[in-house]
Amino acid sequence: MRWLRNPDLYAGYAFILPWLIGLFVFSLFPIFFSLYLSFTDYDILSSPEWIGLGNYKEMFTDDPRFVKSAKVTLLYVFVSVPLRLSFALGIAVLLNMKLKGSSILRSFYYLPTLMGGSVAVIVMWGQLFGMNGAFNSLLKSLFGIQVSISWITDPSTALGSLIALSVWQFGSAMLIFLAGLKQIPASLIEAAKVDGAPAWQRFIRITLPLLSPVIFFNLVMGIIGGFKVFSEGMILTGGGPHDQTLFYVIYLYETSFRFLHMGYGSAMAWVLLLAVCLLTALVFRSSSLWVHYESKGNG
Amino acid sequence: MNTLSNKKVGTFILSIAVWGFAIVMIYPLLWLFSSSFKHTTDVYVLAHQLIPTHFYWENYVNGFKGFAGHSFLLFFRNSLYVTVLSVIGTVIASTMAAYAFARIRFPGSSFWFACMMLTLMLPGEVLIIPQYMLFNKLDWINTFWPLIVPSFAGGAFFIFLLVQFMRGIPIELDESARIDGCGRFHFFAKIMLPLIVPAIVTTAVFKFIWTWDDYFAPLLYLNSAEKATVSLAIKSMADPTMETDWGALFAMSVLSLVPVIAVFIGFQKYIVDGISTTGLKG
Repeated sequence: MRWLRNPDLYAGYAFILPWLIGLFVFSLFPIFFSLYLSFTDYDILSSPEWIGLGNYKEMFTDDPRFVKSAKVTLLYVFVSVPLRLSFALGIAVLLNMKLKGSSILRSFYYLPTLMGGSVAVIVMWGQLFGMNGAFNSLLKSLFGIQVSISWITDPSTALGSLIALSVWQFGSAMLIFLAGLKQIPASLIEAAKVDGAPAWQRFIRITLPLLSPVIFFNLVMGIIGGFKVFSEGMILTGGGPHDQTLFYVIYLYETSFRFLHMGYGSAMAWVLLLAVCLLTALVFRSSSLWVHYESKGNG
Repeated sequence: MNTLSNKKVGTFILSIAVWGFAIVMIYPLLWLFSSSFKHTTDVYVLAHQLIPTHFYWENYVNGFKGFAGHSFLLFFRNSLYVTVLSVIGTVIASTMAAYAFARIRFPGSSFWFACMMLTLMLPGEVLIIPQYMLFNKLDWINTFWPLIVPSFAGGAFFIFLLVQFMRGIPIELDESARIDGCGRFHFFAKIMLPLIVPAIVTTAVFKFIWTWDDYFAPLLYLNSAEKATVSLAIKSMADPTMETDWGALFAMSVLSLVPVIAVFIGFQKYIVDGISTTGLKG
């Protein structure tokens, strides 16, 4: 029992105590309890009733809105994340060329991301792309194109305008790319220049491979974040029109807190958890094919 | 010579393109700002114009009156209360836990560290329903507690950030302090804390922005106008079922962004470094 007399034992647990309590109360207990709830029928007013795999069965065989929400979310993720990363990378490469005023430019490109999370900016986006908003007004005065739809409420453009809102906020990814670009040794680029490699070839042969771990990181974070999209849709479209923007978490929220189907909501949350794990694992697995990790010690 | 001037022209064109696109990027924000000075009936006439034909300052007065008999001052106070307490809680609990993980070799430390890294990846959605039930049991619905108390357990991302930072501080410092008879708690408070101020600032800044902007938790837990945070208030003012005074709404939107902009101006370096080095989502 000598380890009980180890003073580091008490000091260590004293320091992690607030976090440890939080781990049990706000993470461990909820995660197991929601797993249990996912096998029940529960409406918070009466006690949970065990129904086995019933919720999961209903989701995949008898709930078109669930399928719709999964499709909408996947479409959102697989369009917005690559677009956002492309813009981030492109602008990062340009800013890395040390143009005049590049630190002000960096702030300008980052500002939408800084403010984009706020309800104020989401509401503004809805007005910008509304029927009489600035976007249509610009189209008319610059190009003489008369558009009389609201991009947010038209079923064919609603999801697109939410994707645009997400792509607009490429600032964080851009900053991460910029930091990555600074790590690339200038001597490598110079050597390629001396060898007469044109700019695009230097980009594809040197910059991209050396940047691939950073691209990989941004991709994983983007996918995970994309699956959890909520506020934008909830505030701008409420999931409509005709469920065209019914993001997974919006449907989860409605099911659980508007219709009080908390057992079903828990099952949905677990499917989300598994989907995120699965996709992350897939990206990790595939990473050995395209992510270039520099091996140490062979210059 | 010819190639040199070609290159200069190329750089010049590129500069213009990059600047032009930057203006496109911030145009929506400028539009929001300018619309806050337009009379509601003017907002959608020549909507794209950035300079109002007539400055209508009353938007700020009308907007500040709020709704349901509560002025915007109340919503700002609610948001500030929640945000400041959340920041304090996160900083205290995260630095404490990070110190233990970075510097104390106690039995179980690597196990708990692994647990923490796992919660980093966990989508919070899976925790919401049981947490809601818990807070419901405690009779905390429509109070600020569900928004504040979890922060006092720290945040996995911040603990990770702080651990990384502390690992960069030479371990010899701990040893010489111990030889001088300096205890763990004393060392933490008097020597470690001052050295990790940059990481603490980064933590506080990000927690501030995230909590100030948060919409999900207030939507879930707060259901009366007098408890509304700024996010909820702005959303309520934009309710499509009511007639909205857009000028006033944009005025309050601009005010709601002021704290975030102020933090950005004051701590830009910490924000940029925080994102660049750890991938914190800004």
